[in-house]
Amino acid sequence: MALEGKARAKFLVDAERCIECNACVTACKNENEVPWGINRRRVVTIEDGKPGERSISVACMHCSDAPCMAVCPVDVFYQTEDGIVLHSKDLCIGCGYCFYACPFGAPQFPQAGNFGSRGKMDKCTFCAGGPEEDNSTAEFSKYGRNRIAEGKLPICAEMCSTKALLAGDGSEVADIYRQRVVNRGFGSGAWGWGTAYEKKGA
Amino acid sequence: MLRKKTNGVAKGPRAGSLLSSLAAKTMDRRGFLAASGVTVGGLAALSLTSGRVEAATPSTGGGEVVRKKSVCTHCSVGCTVMAEIQNGTWIGQEPGWDSPFNLGAHCAKGASVRESAHGERRLKYPMKMVGGQWQKISWDEAINEIGDKMQQIREESGPDSVYWLGSAKFSNEQSYLFRKFAAYWGTNNVDHQARICHSTTVAGVANTWGYGAMTNSYNDIHNSQAIFLIGGNPAEAHPVSLLHLLKAKEENNAPLIVCDPRFTRTAAHADEYVRFRPGSDVALVWGLLWHIFENSWEDKEFIRTRVYGMDDIRQEVKKWNPEEVERVTGVPGAQLERVARTLANNRPGTVIWCMGGTQHTNGNNNTRAYCVLQLALGNMGVAGGGTNIFRGHDNVQGATDLGVLADTLPGYYGLAAGSWAHWARVWEEDLDWLKGRFAVWDKDGKSRAMMNEKGIPVSRWIDGVLEAKENLEQPDNTRAMVLWGHAPNSQTRMLEMKEAMEKLDLLVVVDPFPTVSAVLHDRKEGAYLLPATTQFETSGSVTASNRSLQWREKVVEPLFDSKVDHEIMKLFADKFGFTDRMFRNIAINGDEPSIEDITREFNRGMWTIGYTGQSPERLKKHMKYQHHFDKTTLRAVGGPCDGDYYGLPWPSWGTPEMNHPGTANLYDMSLPVSKGGLTFRARFGVERNGENLLADGVYSKNSEIKDGYPEFTMQMLMDLGWDGDLTAEERASIDAVAGPETNWKTDLSGGIQRVAIKHECAPFGNAKARAIVWNFPDPVPLHREPLYTSRRDLVEDYPTYEDKTFWRVPTLYESIQKKDFSKDFPIILTSGRLVEYEGGGDETRSNPWLAELQQDMFIEVNPRDANNMNIRDGKDVWVSGPEGARIKVKAMVTERVGEGVAFMPFHFGGHLEGKDLRDKYPKGSDPYVLGESTNTVQTYGYDSVTQMQETKCTLCSIMPA
Repeated sequence: MALEGKARAKFLVDAERCIECNACVTACKNENEVPWGINRRRVVTIEDGKPGERSISVACMHCSDAPCMAVCPVDVFYQTEDGIVLHSKDLCIGCGYCFYACPFGAPQFPQAGNFGSRGKMDKCTFCAGGPEEDNSTAEFSKYGRNRIAEGKLPICAEMCSTKALLAGDGSEVADIYRQRVVNRGFGSGAWGWGTAYEKKGA
Repeated sequence: MLRKKTNGVAKGPRAGSLLSSLAAKTMDRRGFLAASGVTVGGLAALSLTSGRVEAATPSTGGGEVVRKKSVCTHCSVGCTVMAEIQNGTWIGQEPGWDSPFNLGAHCAKGASVRESAHGERRLKYPMKMVGGQWQKISWDEAINEIGDKMQQIREESGPDSVYWLGSAKFSNEQSYLFRKFAAYWGTNNVDHQARICHSTTVAGVANTWGYGAMTNSYNDIHNSQAIFLIGGNPAEAHPVSLLHLLKAKEENNAPLIVCDPRFTRTAAHADEYVRFRPGSDVALVWGLLWHIFENSWEDKEFIRTRVYGMDDIRQEVKKWNPEEVERVTGVPGAQLERVARTLANNRPGTVIWCMGGTQHTNGNNNTRAYCVLQLALGNMGVAGGGTNIFRGHDNVQGATDLGVLADTLPGYYGLAAGSWAHWARVWEEDLDWLKGRFAVWDKDGKSRAMMNEKGIPVSRWIDGVLEAKENLEQPDNTRAMVLWGHAPNSQTRMLEMKEAMEKLDLLVVVDPFPTVSAVLHDRKEGAYLLPATTQFETSGSVTASNRSLQWREKVVEPLFDSKVDHEIMKLFADKFGFTDRMFRNIAINGDEPSIEDITREFNRGMWTIGYTGQSPERLKKHMKYQHHFDKTTLRAVGGPCDGDYYGLPWPSWGTPEMNHPGTANLYDMSLPVSKGGLTFRARFGVERNGENLLADGVYSKNSEIKDGYPEFTMQMLMDLGWDGDLTAEERASIDAVAGPETNWKTDLSGGIQRVAIKHECAPFGNAKARAIVWNFPDPVPLHREPLYTSRRDLVEDYPTYEDKTFWRVPTLYESIQKKDFSKDFPIILTSGRLVEYEGGGDETRSNPWLAELQQDMFIEVNPRDANNMNIRDGKDVWVSGPEGARIKVKAMVTERVGEGVAFMPFHFGGHLEGKDLRDKYPKGSDPYVLGESTNTVQTYGYDSVTQMQETKCTLCSIMPA
């Protein structure tokens, strides 16, 4: 549960609703002008083509106790008061440790290669930009739009075709999901929540 | 670093800090995110809650940010697109929360439409093929050269030798203008994608109960207690519709039953998945009805009062016992019994179908069988029921309604003498002049006015070119082909199409993209590419699948040297010298005809289906007050649109001044006609073989005629003593048309409709639906084996039709079916859609945000078949068809398809039989992703009524490449 008087930004993917339409993926590309080859968000399907097929949309979950933050040798990461995990591309050395640490495969790199840098790490910002001034040109060019500063939520969730992907304050998101589970009479579990949020309860 | 396409100008407020901007709204962080979360919650429950925090002020730097409302140009759900424009540049896309159709949601395609305004791979200038190379030319040169060549063909071979192929991507106004243009040119060789999409639906459904369209709406599915989905994969083809389906599934506990040869992404969310053999739909539906009749689950009172011919259906259904159904469809009897019981116990239920049902040689039988199922269950004319036929393209419903078809003028008036007289009156045109534009053809001592003859359908245009002239039922072959917004790779027999393209005297493509038509052929001369705009570069109305009209605002100015379609039509009219006639009631600004004037002109003529009440003013008002409309009933609650249904779903009877609210659910007798109620249409006479065809003692709410009645005429008003309700102007207008003979369809004043509705009667009468269509090849829908079938044991019991000539072209059935191809081509081949792409894919494969997600053309093969054929997942294979074509694609080994069945998506193009044609595109206009077309190996086969192409069931062989 969120602490009294404090919001905690979270994503929730409802696997009963996700139809693998990829709206979240292209909405993100569109909004943040993410280049070909970098996918801040992707849809993963299990049991593809078989009974039991389910899809989930995966991006940085903005973990409470984010492993990326723990392993980064140059300390590029910081967490906002809302719990959003952001980073500085200026400081990033492209070592890829965060990628190995992340349970969701969120960090993306423009190049691959065993020698030299992979380039600056890129990942989902919860549409909250980076350390530069809000909605500045510099911020946009490095991190994409800062919708949070504009009073909006992440575009991927806002445009989700079936409202499978939810974003917002964790307790509100949980309420919505709980209501659905009551309607359905069963719950499949909010995918990834245990890994991302429950350990620290924030 | 990210690449930018917005000139470095960030949109939105440049708040000093997050906290200060929030403080300005006296809200703390917690409050902000919480409020936002509530909105998502409201949306999740599809409620009207709206508490989302919006940025209060536009950007202070870089110019004002303006919002424009348009509608997605991909599928027929009609999702609102909110565009943010700064200095003429489309800089952002926001969710259209207020739209009752999509509530902010989009699929991959809708979420990426802003790319249209980048258009890096668009066709940028008019191009001409010179010595096998594309060369830039001016618009003037292009129109002149093309026009001169067409005039020459007209003089040598007659107007029917030029084929005008239109588009479901037109707005309603452009569709109407295009049909009118073809009439002024003098041919019925005009058609569009509806032919190869839902033509069998339109024919089958209209002939069952009057109108050939989706009866209810996506939103009305909220009321369904069961959802029966056959031959459709809306999770990929209409993703946002799942928002509505899943609501019924979750909140009503409505069972979702998906019948499909393929375990689709939709099937993945089903409660019951029924896998059946491609092409056996009728057998499957009769198998369900067998259980329904056997157990007396049918709605007997509904059938008695509102259905004609159900006894003939019973006779046929008797043959379809569970054993026979399993032999033909492969579905076990026990499963169908369970499905039938589910449908019987959960009423009202909706039936949904798409291309899986329509694209067959007996497609019209399939669509009618689905209708009969709903009639038997009494699920018609009721909220939560109906036949919810999901149309394909964004405006395929509108383009169909406005008559971009070879067999009708706008509004399904047909091509009879009276139809032409009606439209000539609307156009204030000299009917004799119009007649003079058409050929009169003398053959076998008979003189035929080609004006009244159905044209060649788009599915057969290649036969208009390739067939021997003496076998055609028109004066000469097709010599010039205009593909105006059409992907050729959405059609079968592509090797023959290549040949046809090469044989033409003139090939003209009008499109925002070069399309496969630019590269398929090896022409050296006589081909042109003219850049048209997308719908985001113009305004106008578009009709969603549920018959609602929405108004698009212009988002950006035309890109590059492209022109809006209606302007290009005007330029050709100039060249042919009939601009003054064709636009006599339409203002022209520069070279661009007024869109609103065009809307008003069709408002004055489209009485048959009630496209008369939707004035531009009313439609714009609906777009402005979208948030006033209930998300389930679609009805406005208060405000300036109070009582209207969103988008005035047709029929919106009478004149705009009459203010009819539109009809959300067709044939719903629980409402008065003035409030959107309706009866089944009296379209097929009043009596047959001594049996009454009119409704039996039932009528819509408050109707003053308490029984069935025929369609309204002036004579009928006089007989009822209601003619006194007409105004003097209405009476004068009626007298000018045909006096007492004037009917509700031809009365240009709308008076007959107004008076009928004043007495709460449906202008088109009150009749029974008919379960048998006695004027079709199979009055009772029959199972017929596909032309290319691997089940030779069924051919004798369920043969196809005899060969015949109709729609001007010889058409083969039994002469193909009698040959056995199943030894060399043992696998059944079917095709369908992917969520990332649309239609032939030229536009979507040119959009990098979409193209990245699907980079390879593939074929789905069952693991058992794959192992037997030595095929490995991800490797290249050759797929060969029985007509001699082969394509090289990647194998995807998956249980998604059953044993003996393979599936390919149809959106790819630009490769041909293993050859990459990328070099043949105009430089810089090649789509990011190319691939083989499934339609290269797809084969011959056309519906026995509408000439729909067969794409869902043919044969192939697959081998490692």
